[in-house]
Amino acid sequence: MSFWPLIRLLPKETHFKFVSFAPFAAIASAIAVIASCVSLAVLGLNLGVDFQGGTSLEILTPGPAPVAAIRADLAKMGVSDAQIQPFGDPRAAMIKYERVQGVEPAEAVTQVKAKLAADFKGIQFTSEEAVGATISGELLTGGLEALGVAIALMLAYIWFRFQLQFGMGAVIALAHDIILTMGMLSFFHIEFSLPSIAALLTVIGYSMNEKVISFDRLRENLRKYKKMPLRDIINLSENERLSRTMITGATALLALSGMLFLGGPTIRPTIIAMVFGIVVGTYSSIYVALPVILLWGVNRHDDAEPTNLAPARP
Amino acid sequence: MLIFERWKVILCALAVLFGVAFTVPNLLPASVLASAPSWLPHQTLNLGLDLQGGSYLLEEVDTAALKAGKLNELVEDTRTTLRDAQIGFSGLALVNGVVNVHIDNPGQTQSAVTALQKLAIPVGTTGVREVQIVSGADQMVHLSITDQAMAMDTADAVSQDIEIVRKRIDSLGTREPAITRQGLDRIVIEAPGESDPEKLKAVIGETAKLTFQMVDDTVTPQMMASEEVPPDDEVLPSEEGAPMAVNRRAVVSGEMLTDARQSFDQNGRPSISFRFNGVGAKRFGDTTLQNVGKRFAIVIDDKILSAPVIQEAILGGSGQITGNFTAESASNLALELRSGALPAPLKAIEQRTVGAELGADSVRSGAIAGIIAVVLIGAFMVLAYGVVFGGIAVVGLIANMCMVIAAMTTGGATLTLPGIAGLILTIAMAVDANVLIYERIRDEERSGRKPVMAIDHGFARATESILDANITTLISAIILFIFAGGGGPVKGFAWTLSIGVCTSVFSALFITRALVVWWFNATRAKRLPI
Repeated sequence: MSFWPLIRLLPKETHFKFVSFAPFAAIASAIAVIASCVSLAVLGLNLGVDFQGGTSLEILTPGPAPVAAIRADLAKMGVSDAQIQPFGDPRAAMIKYERVQGVEPAEAVTQVKAKLAADFKGIQFTSEEAVGATISGELLTGGLEALGVAIALMLAYIWFRFQLQFGMGAVIALAHDIILTMGMLSFFHIEFSLPSIAALLTVIGYSMNEKVISFDRLRENLRKYKKMPLRDIINLSENERLSRTMITGATALLALSGMLFLGGPTIRPTIIAMVFGIVVGTYSSIYVALPVILLWGVNRHDDAEPTNLAPARP
Repeated sequence: MLIFERWKVILCALAVLFGVAFTVPNLLPASVLASAPSWLPHQTLNLGLDLQGGSYLLEEVDTAALKAGKLNELVEDTRTTLRDAQIGFSGLALVNGVVNVHIDNPGQTQSAVTALQKLAIPVGTTGVREVQIVSGADQMVHLSITDQAMAMDTADAVSQDIEIVRKRIDSLGTREPAITRQGLDRIVIEAPGESDPEKLKAVIGETAKLTFQMVDDTVTPQMMASEEVPPDDEVLPSEEGAPMAVNRRAVVSGEMLTDARQSFDQNGRPSISFRFNGVGAKRFGDTTLQNVGKRFAIVIDDKILSAPVIQEAILGGSGQITGNFTAESASNLALELRSGALPAPLKAIEQRTVGAELGADSVRSGAIAGIIAVVLIGAFMVLAYGVVFGGIAVVGLIANMCMVIAAMTTGGATLTLPGIAGLILTIAMAVDANVLIYERIRDEERSGRKPVMAIDHGFARATESILDANITTLISAIILFIFAGGGGPVKGFAWTLSIGVCTSVFSALFITRALVVWWFNATRAKRLPI
């Protein structure tokens, strides 16, 4: 046997006792979920202007960005809560503030820019966003609705294709993934804006993908080994799909790595959320969705939907 | 011998051909593309504002201001109507959105209501009237604008606003601005390549409102100082010096203008020539005929520009405004008059701008990230599954990318920065389908099947998983598309992801299969190299 293709190096059959680790995983997951909720409650999300309303300006100055002077200048204009951070290049900075007294952000930004342009020679505004409070409220509601509807539809689809237990397992796992991802964003103070909702929905998509593949195996083996205990079937199914899980996870992370390091600071928060979600989603397929199904039990006499495929062993 | 139907082979060939044909123009420099033969596709991908640079503005109609304006008009209409009907009244006032008027003679209340009925014109075909008139106790008459009329007026005002905003932005020479309505009372303006949103906001915000109003020369400066002007007069500041009292009711207004151009007066000074439509010309003619020797004021944005004396009746409906103009200011004002005042004032509630350079940077880094992703995944797949199956996965991957780009190009979808992330993730998802198939084939071969059966069963068994897995992704992409607000970037991501899911299923189930079948039939391998 040669060493290449490398897939041959993977053991042909593995016998990991996945389920035995489930109690420990459950504790770890519970701690992580609680920690995420605490972080969300205490630190909160670092909401971007999309969801909080306000203004963000990316600037480029001829020399190193005069952060302190800009802050002082903004304060004189009545912008008291401005955050100014370096943004990639030392000459670049990101200015973010919530409101100017009593003026719609999209109207106030005109004066703010004019004043900065007058006070700092050669300043360039490479990107700007100003979102009023009405819009940011609508965007946040829309985003949360999207997450809710996505999860509900996933539940319905899995219920329809598998059994209710599977659907519940998947949905609990999805909630776990979303809470952990949002907790991570909150803990590391990573900006949460409209593209983050896109990232979360992608995480949902990927995580569901994992669960469906896992459930598919499980259902197939449930039909194949009618007498085997559920616990053993879960172990068997997970071992059978282990090589696929690892390869797909690796390719997804490889695919995003280029974007993570080279995509620039605008898209980085989105990619971080995706990468984290992919890892968590892979874990939760094995250690959240399946244990829920194991605890709940499955309907083993459900032959109403016989497989239309030939059995593997004649 | 594995069988793969001919029509499927043809379908694959066509899909790949389509993919390549519409992807290549995106990779060629513009100069090469311009010199390519005309029968080749020339379309290129629509880049979102975040990639090509540009401005996105969301403007909302100020419905409160619109309503206030309409109510003020109603007050004036009530005054003239009652006066024309020679009905004595007092206490004409606007209270909480209702116009109240007290009729002096109790016997005339009914005739007042009848006279005022002419203001209650029907709205649309619903039978609802514009104004509701109620006669209350103590000889009071109350007039209010109905909600239906208000809704319809708002809708009309937004439509007119859109037209006017379009004209004004076109006059800036911005390329291909998109101006669309959003919901009931919002307007989205997307101007690619325009990295100065202030210019846009400035032209949108300008309201050059022109009216001609008669000057009331009976009002003395003393009366103005003690605020004792007659109720149907208003005091406006004047460019020529002291404020003047003018009749509130405009003789003609800007909506009746059909044209306004910068010109020169007989002394060679910059001025504005204008022309009224039929109604305006008649009203202007009648008024000037009756008021020879009196003064009328040319009012722009509630400021008197000049107040010439009427020498003779002006009947042709055209004239000239002189004032303290430079050629440029006259020309700008003429443009504003021409495009008209916005029927309803707009206020910006969302603004997003990306500079063209930042956009170009994003395209560059996105392209590099994409190439890195393809190379890494390709290398990984060849290392993991060998030249044959790994190579087939790579071919499927590239075909898939081409199909996504081609579908987006021809479908007029927009590629955005998050969309690039979606595209890259699609690559990973597409490879997943290949992995599922290969792992199934390996399972089948391991359980003792001959290669031909292993391939056949492997594909069959993987199909269901692939469909299930991708349908869930498609669901989340579609939801994202429906719910995503904030314009382009996130919608672009959802688009890319949805198209990518469809093409990757096709590429896994058709293209990969065609290649595997073709390889197997050519080599008749005794053992599969995975």
